[in-house]
Amino acid sequence: MTDTNTTPVAFVRDAMLAQKTPPVTNAGIVGWINKNLFPNPFASIGNAFSCLLTLVSLLIIYKIVAGALPWFANGVWDTPSLAACREVLQGVTGGCFSVLTERWNQLLFGFKYPSEEYWRPTLAFIGLFFAAAPVLFSKLPRKMLWFTAVYPFLAFWLIWGGTILVPVMVAVGFIVGYFVFAHFEKQSFAMGLIGSVVAAVVVWSFAGYITDPLSGVLALEPVPSRDMGGFMLNFILGVVCVSLSIPIGILLALGRQSDMPIIKGICVVFIEFIRGVPLITLLFVANVVLAYFLPPGTTFDLILRVIIMITMFSAAYIAEVIRGGLAALPNGQYEAGGSLGLDYAQNMRLIILPQALKISIPGIVNVAVGLFKDTTLVSVISMFDLVGMIRGPILASTEWNGVYWELFGSAVVLFFIVCYGISQYSQWLERQLATGHR
Amino acid sequence: MTTLSDPPKGGFRVSILINDTRYRSYTFQFIALIALIAAFAYLGSNLLANLRAAGLNISYKFLSEPAGYDINQRLIEYTSQSTHFRAAIVGILNTLLVAVVACFFATVIGIFVGVLRLSNNWLVNKLMGVYVEIFRNVPVLIWILIIMAVFVAVLPQPREFRGDDATASMFLDLFAFTGRGFYFPRPYFAAEWATGAIGWLTIIALLIASFFGARALAKSAAATQEATGDRPTTWYFTLAIWFVPLIAACVIMGLTWELPELKGFNFRGGIYARNSFIALTFALSIYTAAFIAENVRAGILAISTGQTEAAASLGLRPGRIMNLVILPQALRVIIPPLISQYLNITKNSSLAIAVGYMDVTGTLGGITLNQTGRAIETVLLLMAFYLIISLSISAVMNVYNNSVKLKER
Repeated sequence: MTDTNTTPVAFVRDAMLAQKTPPVTNAGIVGWINKNLFPNPFASIGNAFSCLLTLVSLLIIYKIVAGALPWFANGVWDTPSLAACREVLQGVTGGCFSVLTERWNQLLFGFKYPSEEYWRPTLAFIGLFFAAAPVLFSKLPRKMLWFTAVYPFLAFWLIWGGTILVPVMVAVGFIVGYFVFAHFEKQSFAMGLIGSVVAAVVVWSFAGYITDPLSGVLALEPVPSRDMGGFMLNFILGVVCVSLSIPIGILLALGRQSDMPIIKGICVVFIEFIRGVPLITLLFVANVVLAYFLPPGTTFDLILRVIIMITMFSAAYIAEVIRGGLAALPNGQYEAGGSLGLDYAQNMRLIILPQALKISIPGIVNVAVGLFKDTTLVSVISMFDLVGMIRGPILASTEWNGVYWELFGSAVVLFFIVCYGISQYSQWLERQLATGHR
Repeated sequence: MTTLSDPPKGGFRVSILINDTRYRSYTFQFIALIALIAAFAYLGSNLLANLRAAGLNISYKFLSEPAGYDINQRLIEYTSQSTHFRAAIVGILNTLLVAVVACFFATVIGIFVGVLRLSNNWLVNKLMGVYVEIFRNVPVLIWILIIMAVFVAVLPQPREFRGDDATASMFLDLFAFTGRGFYFPRPYFAAEWATGAIGWLTIIALLIASFFGARALAKSAAATQEATGDRPTTWYFTLAIWFVPLIAACVIMGLTWELPELKGFNFRGGIYARNSFIALTFALSIYTAAFIAENVRAGILAISTGQTEAAASLGLRPGRIMNLVILPQALRVIIPPLISQYLNITKNSSLAIAVGYMDVTGTLGGITLNQTGRAIETVLLLMAFYLIISLSISAVMNVYNNSVKLKER
């Protein structure tokens, strides 16, 4: 008897079912909102709190947009004064952006820089990008570094004017110094250093005899530095002081790491002193005290004195960053260099500093951003940088007395663009430099 | 016979000073010292020559002369007949006041924002990110000026509180927020023997006593827990220790509040905080809070999730995980940068000069300098003050770092 065929066979599925769509609360935009903005408030206190935060945030965003939107939309861009602008607005909320269109050049270049020469700082500013690019992005052709080397002299000539021979002679001094250094370096690093300094000083002291009679050669209209102002002044101070302070900072960091007690002591006292006082007191020094310490009869430009003090300030901070980089290197690197027979200068130049500087780049960029922001402090000692221009000539003028939001808003935007850009670059660089093993 | 490894004998040659590693460091240090002395001598002789040419000298006598100017915000007695020294002290106290208040608010806001930046809520997370980036990337001086301008422009003037159709009104009839500043109720003790400093000293003494009492209680509770395994419930005792003596003292000494009142064209009575003080404190707080938020976020992220999971697998509740496992480790990462942010607040408070708040930079480095012309002396004193503050804060930080650092053997 075989009746196996009659026993019912259990259902076996032989084809795959089509995938079901996820519940509508978990997928797509609704799911995203449920997950990120309004998680089920009855599930837990945390979720309820999150919903509350979302509502509060939406309220804040609404307030800001509701306040700013008509202000932008009704903005007036072409009136000669605040009174005229208010007349156009007729009591409607709206920004008087005409202060920006009217005073834009003053905000950028200060109120004394001759207006027919605005192309010069503009050109220098554009050149800055090409000069900085090969330093910032190592994938660009290395030949661009030649432009970087020429750029400081070119920018000086463009911004300050005068004959081109002055920056050229300064450059010649550097070149002669370099060749002397290269010649003597094989004998001794110290000899090379001293020789190059002597050679450069000799060239510079003779250069005066050449530049004085030939002051008309390729001369641009000279602009004294007290006529510099606006955002240009912030840029000049920031770029010059950061670039000058990196080599000084390296020296200070090496001095602080050295085992020679006197040199170490000098560096420690200098760094801690500078880091302990606010920049504003150093600017007071530049403004009223520094003149007492210079030889009688000499008069330094205020801008030059300020550059000296800000450079010292940022050098101390950069020294601490680089010291961190030096300390992060394993001792084996120092010892390996020594065991290859390298002397101190070679060891530092070829083994230690390339690695230490690589680690310190993000820190240096942070210091640079901080310093660029701090250049606004010069407005306190009555220099007319961007903030100084706003507080001084523009807000004090009869036409624009009382325009706060538009002016300070534009300052915020300008600084934000530059500083945010630099810090984004720093984060990008950090990702590039991360070699995987830390 | 000499072996090769023997150091070369022979007399002294000049070249060994630079080529022999035994003497080289002495040579360099000697040169550095000479250069330093020469530089200082050069600067000093310039200074003397310049001073002689200008008919000046270095003297601190001006400190004991009457200052002759008024300071509108002061914590101690000061009139225009007081000395320059007293003016400097008033400025120092104002600096410290701004620094302490701003540190407090910056910490509160910073922790709040830092925690919210780690929130799962996308909107909150992004909003806090925008806040941090905007404030970190714009100079603090601009924020101070903006906030000052906003305060003056947006808040009502005292006269708008006047009359029956006043456009502005006091908050709960206790606080007045005006464009000239904020007015708060001022507490004082009515009992005759407790007016002035004595009353406040009593309160402070009571608070210190309560602190030690509460600590002793917590210790005995911990001892009981060690011995029996059960922790006695103590929170109501702790509350009582803190508040019963305090409330009793306030009642006995007759704590009363002096409310700000509109008299004429201005408010009288209560505590008056000038708009410059409020603007400066507020700007420094929200600017530094952006930095502190990043420190807090980094500190919390630095603790690996394994720590949380390990604590959870031991059976700890979330609150205890935070208190006993995460926070002690995160604080080790957070506190050193936090303290250097406090240092930054103290140094940035010197920007008070931009809004006319009379801190030490405004009195000693501002008006005193301009009136007496003693640039070198005043700037030196100013630097010395900030240096002392910074060095003492770094000393505190070093002590803390040593106490919490990982004990390695």
